[in-house]
Amino acid sequence: MKKKLIFICLFLIIPIKVFALIEVDITRGNLNPLPLAVSPLSIDENSRKSFEKILDKENIGSEISIIVENNLRTSGLFNPLNKDAFLQAPDIANLKPRFEDWNLIKAQALITGKVTYIDEKLRVEFRLWDVLAGKEMMALAFTTVPNNWRRVGHIISDKIYERLTGEKGYFDTRIIYVAEEGPKTQRKKKLAIMDQDGANNKFLTLGNELVLTPRFNPTSQMVTYLSYFKNLPRVYLLDIETGTQEVVGDFPGMTFAPRFSPDGKKIIMSFAKDGKSDIFTMDLENRIVERITNHPSIDTSPSYSPNGKFIAFNSDRSGYQQIYIMKNDGSDVKRISFGNGIYGTPVWSPRGDLIAFTKLHSGKFYIGVMRTDGTGERLLTENYYQEAPSWSPNGRVLIFYRETKTNAKGEGFSAKLWSIDLTGYNERLVTTPTDASDPSWSSLLSN
Amino acid sequence: MILSKIFKNTLLLLAACLVLSACATKKEVTSTDIQGQMQSDVYTGTDTVEYLADGVPDRVFFATNESILTTASRETLRAQAAWLRKNSSINIVLEGHADERGTREYNLALGERRANSAKDYLMTYGISSDRISVLSYGKERPVDGGSSPLAWSKNRRSVTVKAN
Repeated sequence: MKKKLIFICLFLIIPIKVFALIEVDITRGNLNPLPLAVSPLSIDENSRKSFEKILDKENIGSEISIIVENNLRTSGLFNPLNKDAFLQAPDIANLKPRFEDWNLIKAQALITGKVTYIDEKLRVEFRLWDVLAGKEMMALAFTTVPNNWRRVGHIISDKIYERLTGEKGYFDTRIIYVAEEGPKTQRKKKLAIMDQDGANNKFLTLGNELVLTPRFNPTSQMVTYLSYFKNLPRVYLLDIETGTQEVVGDFPGMTFAPRFSPDGKKIIMSFAKDGKSDIFTMDLENRIVERITNHPSIDTSPSYSPNGKFIAFNSDRSGYQQIYIMKNDGSDVKRISFGNGIYGTPVWSPRGDLIAFTKLHSGKFYIGVMRTDGTGERLLTENYYQEAPSWSPNGRVLIFYRETKTNAKGEGFSAKLWSIDLTGYNERLVTTPTDASDPSWSSLLSN
Repeated sequence: MILSKIFKNTLLLLAACLVLSACATKKEVTSTDIQGQMQSDVYTGTDTVEYLADGVPDRVFFATNESILTTASRETLRAQAAWLRKNSSINIVLEGHADERGTREYNLALGERRANSAKDYLMTYGISSDRISVLSYGKERPVDGGSSPLAWSKNRRSVTVKAN
């Protein structure tokens, strides 16, 4: 959102060392997360007081390190150690860690840093150390406006994740979702947005009309979603920065299931008419609408491959909901789901190799992944009801929503966001102020 | 001669299979019949039904994943058509719904398909398509918030609502 004003300055203090002794394998379920120590970022008394005045946080250095710690822990790959066991003071550790001390508490990596108040700006430097090798692995400094302190924490987390796993992180991201309230029969739904860790939650609509399935544009701060404004279910486009909204296309009926193309220039969606739903695209620049499928069945939930050449979608042309792929012009339609049960909501991984889906089999709902030719199906999680997976931008984590069963009186219903690693491990509740559904993960903001 | 005998036997066998499978289906029906309010997965009760006029129920119900009209649904829609013919100034919205046991986007399409199957039937009974609009709510507006086969059957519906 405020991408432009964020980084006034970002530079390497010392060139990144080419080799690293620590390696974190993220391709399998990590049952032994890497123990590391996140030393609170040190801060001098003057800076501390200045930030306390501006941000109302007693010690912004500790606050930032807590963000880093939480992110790393949530990833399931790292085990940030208890700070009570730390022997070395933050300011000295940042200058030259006594590696024996950190080795003693079994930390394999150490993160240190320093926060200063310079010209009304927040300057943060941090270092990542390989404790066993006794070497610095990375050192970076950022200067930004004080209000961006949370994002600094996320960016540091991304840098550490990338350095230790060899893959991009996903912490400096946001989630758009549908906030839900009220009885199941008269659910009130609003668009809401929050940081990936649940902070900075904001409602984007008032709840006067039903809204569903918001999705981020992978290249900008635009969102496409379904709104029942004036009781006409239509696909809308929303600019989060300006708040402007517009209807997408001029269709004589319900448009739904919108998603952006990977370049962000098109919206792909379903249009329902006379009992059949087909897939269409609309170019956002020239407004040209193109029909992609033409079949008497229901064709919906389209999702582009990251290179834009293929489209995965959901169709009941075989009699039941199954997953199909086709070329981006609608040719070469191939069914890829052949397991037991019915399949919905295909979503192509940002890495291109997998398709995430929802499956219903024998009264249970599953979130799973399969290769793009339908082989290698893996079910990650089973529950009473869950659907709508959305990928983290690095393709390692899925966020989805889960609903609970109600009793005979209709009580006990809830809808919550959950995340799970591609490995099937590390399932976590994503806390939201209200009930929540239909999550969509943004791209990295600082890319 | 021999061939025709084989043919005959095959036919007999096929007939036997059909009878058997019919029996199997019948058995299933009785087992899913919950307190006389469901038949073959379709709601047959009157709990949630409202009336557009005397003897004109406002809604029809569907089996899981289906948009086919049952005999009872067709009867309801014929009553609606007769009422609409008598009241030619009334326009209607057909609101199609699905139960909660399906993905949101597919259910939006399914609700639209259900409402359209009601619309098609009304049109064959002389109601102009100009008087009918269709609106799908997918699974967003259940009448029964329960998580039971009976609750779901009440929610799989197309409701005829006066538009003016």
